[in-house]
Amino acid sequence: MMPVILWTDALIFLLIAVGLTSAWWIRQRPHLMLPWQRVAKSSVGMVSLLVLSLFVLVGLLDTLHYRVALPEKNNGQTVYSPEVLSAFDALASGLRSRTEKTYSAPLAAYLYAKESLETPDGKVLRDYPRLKFGGAHLGDPQHELVGDVVKWALMGALGGLLVGAVVITVILVSFRRKPESSDVKELRSRQGEDVVPLRRAGLRGWIPALAGMTSAGPLRALLIATLIIAALIGAVANLSTAYHVLGTDKVGQDVLYLSLKSIRTGLVIGTVTTLVMLPFALLFGIAAGYLRGWVDDAIQYVYTVLSSIPSVLLIAAAVLMMQVVIEMHGDWFQTSAARADVRLLALCMILGVTSWTGLCRLLRGETLKLREQEYIQAAQAFGVSSFRILTRHIVPNVMHIVLISVVMDFSALVLAEAVLSYVGVGVDPTTISFGTMINAARLEMGRDPMVWWALAAAFSFMLVLVLAANLFADAVRDAFDPRLNRTEGAK
Amino acid sequence: MIAYLLRRILYAIPILIGVNLLTFALFFVVNTPDDMARMQLGIKRVTPEAIAKWKQQHGYDKPLLFDARAEGASKLTDTIFFEKSASMFVFDFGYSDDGRNIAREIQTRMMPSLAIALPTFFVGLFIYITFALLMTLFRATALDIAGVALCVLLMSVSGLFYIIGGQFVASKLWHWVPISGYAGGMDSIKFVVLPILIGVIGSVGASSRWYRTIFLEEIGKDYVRTARAKGLSELRVLFRHVLKNAMIPILTGVVVVIPLLFMGSLLTESFFGIPGLGSYTIDAINAQDFGVVRAMVFLGSVLYIAGLILTDISYTIVDPRVRLQ
Repeated sequence: MMPVILWTDALIFLLIAVGLTSAWWIRQRPHLMLPWQRVAKSSVGMVSLLVLSLFVLVGLLDTLHYRVALPEKNNGQTVYSPEVLSAFDALASGLRSRTEKTYSAPLAAYLYAKESLETPDGKVLRDYPRLKFGGAHLGDPQHELVGDVVKWALMGALGGLLVGAVVITVILVSFRRKPESSDVKELRSRQGEDVVPLRRAGLRGWIPALAGMTSAGPLRALLIATLIIAALIGAVANLSTAYHVLGTDKVGQDVLYLSLKSIRTGLVIGTVTTLVMLPFALLFGIAAGYLRGWVDDAIQYVYTVLSSIPSVLLIAAAVLMMQVVIEMHGDWFQTSAARADVRLLALCMILGVTSWTGLCRLLRGETLKLREQEYIQAAQAFGVSSFRILTRHIVPNVMHIVLISVVMDFSALVLAEAVLSYVGVGVDPTTISFGTMINAARLEMGRDPMVWWALAAAFSFMLVLVLAANLFADAVRDAFDPRLNRTEGAK
Repeated sequence: MIAYLLRRILYAIPILIGVNLLTFALFFVVNTPDDMARMQLGIKRVTPEAIAKWKQQHGYDKPLLFDARAEGASKLTDTIFFEKSASMFVFDFGYSDDGRNIAREIQTRMMPSLAIALPTFFVGLFIYITFALLMTLFRATALDIAGVALCVLLMSVSGLFYIIGGQFVASKLWHWVPISGYAGGMDSIKFVVLPILIGVIGSVGASSRWYRTIFLEEIGKDYVRTARAKGLSELRVLFRHVLKNAMIPILTGVVVVIPLLFMGSLLTESFFGIPGLGSYTIDAINAQDFGVVRAMVFLGSVLYIAGLILTDISYTIVDPRVRLQ
């Protein structure tokens, strides 16, 4: 086995490192913790964070890539399979390998298309053949199917609930809240927030918590959500060992597997794009606002030019150009996965270039406002260098704008990927993504009977991901936006 | 005011040159005219002569940006960039790779684009603002919360879903309208109804929520309290006072878009097979027709800049305190 780090993998690891570092940095500073604690008080925000983190978990597992060593050796050197797999593929190897011949409906035992079957007495019959894997254990699917599906689902759900309950217990017992230090309390009371942590008593043990004796709030919502999701995952996981829960696509691949694989692509587009564009937006926006003069003119010129081109056009043109380059230099890439990955990265960069201007303009405006504030003028009067003023005073004070726009952009980017892939200027056709799934399934609506499951799966997964991201973004914005009057909101 | 407009128009010139340079760079830094010729003539078995001939026919046999061998000013003018870009400023777009006049093509394709874009825009604007005002009227009640929740749900659904679902339900299931296509004259109505409807529904979530935020910001201001203190009904306060005062933030987002309506919607048009400018552009991109893409990008930027200027002018109309200098 040889670990493979694709370009987007590396960027995701970088992103995680940045995330962990900033989490550690924020934990040290109570005043930076406060808005996050406000986020933690929002039930909707926390539940959507839970859903998002499940998506992220799948995406991360799908990011740990490797190549399997082939059994035969070449001159004593190990030869690796050209196929790049991920930890997720290994976990879901059942889903991946159990392919049927062609379409089959969700939870079906028969194939979608009729075939010539040979009966035991030698006649040939046109009928729907049994699936190789879906419901293969059933003797007489026509009568047993429903009961069997319910049985498997219930057993899975029970198992899921059990695991969920155990996880909750472990978490509650190990993360009992410590009493807050006095300075945090003081800060809270100064900001007009409630001083007494509401749920301290309820966290003593897990029984009262589970019994719902804690005050209504994020904790109870989280507990309920965890149990529901655990039951759901349990049911689906259990069913998927014997059936194709979401059916199979044209070449017989399990749609559930495809949907789960699409998550990584969506997450990469939503986050790596931000990572690519953020340094530019931050640097240029602040430089333009703080330095003014010709720097401001030049930067304004650049972003006016960029934003005056309709973004779909710019993206389409750039992607097509990238495609030509990648096609002409096939020798750059060892595997087809690496090639598809570079195309994904290029798409992220192009999206970054087009979505960069909005944030840059916001940051410039905010910096223009900030640089007239007294504390900046005081710093200037003391002879603090420009660089230090920027890093100590300006950057920390525009971070909330950056954060809000990053979380707001995420869902838009995920949706954009689907549209672009559908038009043909998105990810590589071999990359599994929501867009390519929809693209592959769009012509199937015209079949009779209709093949709806692949489309439905792609749209539902996208809806859940984007909805969770939107709700979480709202919670973050509410917590960080200084324009909201919080004392009024507390009443 | 006239001086201001003149300055804005002059300022547009360097921006348009920048736009041209950018599209030029996108197409030529990455693949050379030779690659383009190979692309057009088919990748395999192309003789160098054929490439040279293609380049000469389409005017790509000159240096890209700078001609070191030429004399004086023609160092800059005798290049592909100058020949292909300078004419754009007088709206001479030249010919597409299949030999058609781009300007004429744009003229004929503008009508279908507008037939969809204009109704979508105005119907949409009316519905979004009404919806947002209603949410503001019932603010902080269950109705408002349900409205916001609906908005968030609607904006989380992929636009593709509306298009595919709409085509399926309205055309295939109910046989209301044809799935796609276009016809001139009065026949066009049955072709444009569905795209318009889907266009309006597609952005109802994000837009209504945005307008609601604007109205909520206005409603906390002093003049609203004064109006209420005078005894005006809440409806009157909202429609008479808040709506008028919210015009500035609304116009900022809306007027910019109006000129761009001429460009049509790239996606809607290609989904519904409408022969407008949007689908023209998508087709050109897929066929790597640089001439058309460049013309459309140029047109798009001109319209965008026109939209920015229009926005400024519209401020002076809704708010007499604003003076353009």
